[in-house]
Amino acid sequence: MGELLQYAKRRADSLRGDNVTKTTYDAKPGTHLQLWLLVFAVVFPIAVAVIVSTKQTGVVTSLGDLLPGSYAVENYREALVDYQFGRFMWNSLAMSVVIVVGKLVVSVFAAMAIVYYRVPYKDLVFLFILFTLLLPVPVRFIPLFQLMNDLGWSNTILAITVPYIASATTVFILRQHFLSIPTSIVETAKLDGVGPLRFMLFVLIPMSKGVLVGVSIIMFVYAWNQYLWPLIIIDSEANQVAQVGLQLLQGDVQGGQLSWSLVMAGSTLTLLPPLLLMIVFRKPLLETFSIQQK
Amino acid sequence: MTTVTLQNLRKEFDDVVAVNGIDLEINHGEFLVIVGPSGCGKSTTLRLLAGLESTTDGRIEMNGQDVTTVEPKDRNVAMVFQNYALYPHMTGRRNITFGMKSSGDFTDEEIDRRVTEAADTLDIADLLDRKPDAMSGGERQRVALGRAIVRDPDAFLMDEPLSNLDAKLRIQMRAELARLHSTLETTTVYVTHDQTEAMTLGERVVVMNDGQIMQVDEPQVLYDFPANRFVAEFIGDPAMNMIPVEIQDGRAVHETFEIPLPSGTDQLKSNQNGVGDVQVIDGQRAILGIRPEDLHLSDAQTDGQLPTINAEVNVREPLGDSLLLHCSIGSTSCNIQAEPRTQVTAGETVSVTYDPARLHLFDAETGEALYHSESRQSTSEQAPSKLST
Repeated sequence: MGELLQYAKRRADSLRGDNVTKTTYDAKPGTHLQLWLLVFAVVFPIAVAVIVSTKQTGVVTSLGDLLPGSYAVENYREALVDYQFGRFMWNSLAMSVVIVVGKLVVSVFAAMAIVYYRVPYKDLVFLFILFTLLLPVPVRFIPLFQLMNDLGWSNTILAITVPYIASATTVFILRQHFLSIPTSIVETAKLDGVGPLRFMLFVLIPMSKGVLVGVSIIMFVYAWNQYLWPLIIIDSEANQVAQVGLQLLQGDVQGGQLSWSLVMAGSTLTLLPPLLLMIVFRKPLLETFSIQQK
Repeated sequence: MTTVTLQNLRKEFDDVVAVNGIDLEINHGEFLVIVGPSGCGKSTTLRLLAGLESTTDGRIEMNGQDVTTVEPKDRNVAMVFQNYALYPHMTGRRNITFGMKSSGDFTDEEIDRRVTEAADTLDIADLLDRKPDAMSGGERQRVALGRAIVRDPDAFLMDEPLSNLDAKLRIQMRAELARLHSTLETTTVYVTHDQTEAMTLGERVVVMNDGQIMQVDEPQVLYDFPANRFVAEFIGDPAMNMIPVEIQDGRAVHETFEIPLPSGTDQLKSNQNGVGDVQVIDGQRAILGIRPEDLHLSDAQTDGQLPTINAEVNVREPLGDSLLLHCSIGSTSCNIQAEPRTQVTAGETVSVTYDPARLHLFDAETGEALYHSESRQSTSEQAPSKLST
């Protein structure tokens, strides 16, 4: 069966005029089936969410209910305008952008210091930075809550952004990338008397564009999906972010009127910005996180 | 005027000694080549000169001023790297001007004028608007050279600049470098592992091994009068044959042959042709050095009076312009560069003779040169060498 498929593939290639002798990967017939199953498993819940968001009540009890409804415009309008979901999305966007920019600035400086400067106990410092990976933000909630209150930052954008700005992951990825830049380029700059800031702006950052974009996307998605911390530290509805705002769409739950279609409309909306970014920047993203043969 | 002086220069990396106390004087406008095998400390020496490494000990002077602890940018030297080190996101022009603009010592008009000049000198005007991606290896190296020369530095430091180029281009660039140096007359220190490059480019060549200088001399002198076994084997391709012998009464005695050392024992003893203070004593074990091109297949008519050596041919390598024979003389293996188209087959025993003016003796233990059959004076006077057997 496998051989037959291989033959058919080669035949098709030759008909298309491709080079017949090129190496083809020995894909077993089951592989595609597995891939499709996996894709289905990932996409199905999202597809259901999108379908439900177009229905009036949004209760799915049979397969027949999985046909798109006609209340899409009505539902999305209600979520964005009546429930101010647009406002939450805007807050989320502001939070994510501040976190991404802050992280990049801090991490570029940190990685540059770690890679290019002779600092005493440099490796120990880097190890300590990596060590912070073992302490995720939720572990630090209680002291952080106290600190934010003491600083008077609670209920502001500072509270949901500043604690996230230091990033061991970003420092690590950038460090690895900076190390891959040939030392002779750095040394040429040294001999030419190029100052550190000028070196960073005109050499390091342009040479790291791909990695910086890739890291930014990951950081954006991570920031965008923050839920627990904003829920704790932000208590005014006007400053709340989209992930927390979703539960406000549930409507009058006590009255037994849990509006699933509205919740799903909100979920679909929150999904869009990261999805768009992923689609637009998929190339640098893959380059950043794939193993490269050099 | 740029002279560079290294005094007892030493560099250690943890417990590895990369450069072990070298003294060197580089003259103004000189093209000095440092050559040696991998890990001999040649690149480290260059990097110490550039200031990219800090010295462990010793002193570097430029024009009489101590620059040992001076920052690289304040030494006014330009370096050319093996991998060109061009900024990949900048055009040729920006690559050349970036450093000058950063230092802030030049006006825009000055920069433009110098770039035009350098572009003319190196013939790279059409590369200025291209990025390195769109240049070939040779073009990239030319732009890198352009970047070095626009600043009009006191010295060029070149770290194997031609090693990434293919053989043909390397020869072409080699000639271009020589031309560039004769135009600019800037003091140049050039590091390479390729002895052909060293011989063709260098006005003087420094041979290094294990962090130490083995010999500093003009290329032909290095070739004709190697100071020790290392230099003798390193310079010249194919390498010099090293045959263990014993000295007896002015003759080099091997298990299968014995040949007289021209100028005889008396002169050996009086050290006329010997090197430095070394003395050759009868019965001393030594290494006889003969270059493959100084051995040839014996011809009864012309070489009548010369002793012959029997050698068994193991492998023949026709090189076109010559025929290289890998032979064994007794238990010693040895290469012979024979005339091309010579009819010799592997397994055959051939009778070999040698050029008596081109024999070398090295100490069996220390490897120091004991004797060259021709004295340095006689070569400089172009006197024909005499055979005194």
